[in-house]
Amino acid sequence: MQPAPNQSNAPHGWLGIHRGHKARPLEWFAEKFIFAVALSTIAVVLLIFVFVAREAFPVVLGKSNTALIQPVIPPADLDKLSPAKIQEYLALTPKQFAGMDRETLRTLMDVKVEAANEVPVQFRDDPDAKRNTIEWNLMVKPHQWRGYDKPEYIWQPVGEIKKFNLIPLVIGTLKVTLIGLFFAVPLAVGAAIYVSQLARPRVREIVKPTIEMLSGIPSVVVGFFALLVMATFLQNLCGYQTRLNAFVAGIALGFAVIPVVFSIAEDALTSVPQAYTQAALALGSSRWQTAWQIVLPAALPGVFAATVLGFGRAIGETMIVLMVCSASVVSWNVFDSARSITTTIAAEMAEAVSGGPHYRILFLLGALLFAATFISNMIGDFVIHRFKTKMEGKR
Amino acid sequence: MTDILMPKLSVNDARPAATGGASLIEVQNLSLFYGASKALKNISVTLGEKVVTAFIGPSGCGKSTLLRCFNRMNDLIDNVRIEGAVKIGGHDINNSSVDVIELRKRVGMVFQRSNPFPKSVYENVAYGLRLHGVKAKSELDRIVEQSLRGAALWDEVKDRLHSSALGLSGGQQQRLCIARAIAIKPEIILMDEPASALDPLATARIEELILELKKDFTIVIVTHNMQQAARISDYTAFFYIGELVEYDTTTKIFTNPAKRQTEDYVTGRFG
Repeated sequence: MQPAPNQSNAPHGWLGIHRGHKARPLEWFAEKFIFAVALSTIAVVLLIFVFVAREAFPVVLGKSNTALIQPVIPPADLDKLSPAKIQEYLALTPKQFAGMDRETLRTLMDVKVEAANEVPVQFRDDPDAKRNTIEWNLMVKPHQWRGYDKPEYIWQPVGEIKKFNLIPLVIGTLKVTLIGLFFAVPLAVGAAIYVSQLARPRVREIVKPTIEMLSGIPSVVVGFFALLVMATFLQNLCGYQTRLNAFVAGIALGFAVIPVVFSIAEDALTSVPQAYTQAALALGSSRWQTAWQIVLPAALPGVFAATVLGFGRAIGETMIVLMVCSASVVSWNVFDSARSITTTIAAEMAEAVSGGPHYRILFLLGALLFAATFISNMIGDFVIHRFKTKMEGKR
Repeated sequence: MTDILMPKLSVNDARPAATGGASLIEVQNLSLFYGASKALKNISVTLGEKVVTAFIGPSGCGKSTLLRCFNRMNDLIDNVRIEGAVKIGGHDINNSSVDVIELRKRVGMVFQRSNPFPKSVYENVAYGLRLHGVKAKSELDRIVEQSLRGAALWDEVKDRLHSSALGLSGGQQQRLCIARAIAIKPEIILMDEPASALDPLATARIEELILELKKDFTIVIVTHNMQQAARISDYTAFFYIGELVEYDTTTKIFTNPAKRQTEDYVTGRFG
């Protein structure tokens, strides 16, 4: 029987064939689901950054004032002030302000006066006491605080005059991270070359899982080990003064970074086509020459990616550095202590007053860390792309 | 003729009436095992100098395996065991005193799939030279040009010597691999189906090149393409399941083979 050409009640599309997602509903659903999951990951990353940055925003805009001696308005002047001025003086939200009567406001102003009277005598004539210590100037430039004989970078968030200079933390983070990377990357890449190119299968089967198992050790355990065993060992070995310092932290950090760099570099080296290796060997190069001169350059984008990931892991690692060293000194000497950004956040967040300047600065540090990782990944991606296009002869 | 005493000539032993020049590669009762399976069965054959010898036979007949015995590329595979001897210029190359690097310098190889390194055209050719101690820039430049000319590639790449070799076409890449192999001046060049991944035009160029290279090098080529073997080789060996069935001049193999199996294969009745 001939079906009518434009049958309006044709069950499923042309010639009865299912089209579009109706043909494979399950696959369609699975695909959309995975897409949604991927999208939500991006959303979560974005949300975390927004949350962190939002908390840090008042500091960036210079909205809060941490000066020890705040300007005082006599409570008697309450009636002379405009509502906006009162809100600003007492740091009230419009909603809070609306819910208060005259008496409460006066009491709050009395509290302000009392607080000003409680400032210890020795700070009364200190110009630093009147400074807002979370100005950008004081957060990134050295300042000669009273009692110091030269301008210095100081991170001292607890005390009468709170000092929030970020430079010691940035230097501490970079110092520990770089020591960790200088220790871990050559070792990890060397191990990856050995395992992927030179080792016999039996050796490979033992070494590879062992190194990768290193990533399964909780960092608090690595920190504990570094604190008790490695610190003493390295001090005996190198003979430096301070037992716990950035060097010990960096080496311990290296143990956390090695498995990350190793497994990615090993994958990259293994995926270099056998054809290259064969060609090099057939030309009469030794296995070592092949590994160094042919396989490693061919896998360089992957090895570089491994290093960038290692950097991300190192800069974000908290526990090891927290346990091993935490004094915030400005020094590039590896045998001095260091305090990293992550350590600072972990150690101080619990004690910072929620919503206070210290709390907000810790969030600012978090945002800074996020930005650093993001930028390093971007640069890494760019460099890898350049490597690849150059290698593949596309200009 | 060779002065090496052969203790026992097996049934498979084959030697064409005339081996062109002096014999260069002698395979004596060679058997090769991958683990327990026997891939080459008691092969004895003598290949002449400065001629093209083609190995033909259906897939899995051991012709590539035999080729890879000549530069000991089989060393790279685990569980390979070899019995018998392969002699090049009278030396047993499987002897423990033989430096495999020196051997591979003398016995070059071109693979089935073109495999230039992910480096520049120049670096591809210069790599082997540097390995074997050529350092002077002028010397490198000279040999690189000479090798690229030798591989009939110079005119096409002279303006892009320093861009990536992976940007070349398949045929150009394969000729680059030949240039790379001849740069270090081997005596023997092994070719493992060098044109099987190329289009007819590129194949024709490679074949011309092989005929050109014959003047200076001894060439052993594995091929699936019977016409190719007939066009370029002087001698042909036919293998079947690990055995050397027949070895003779190419003309004889293709026009008047001694064995029925060979005739069936070259006329396309099986394989």
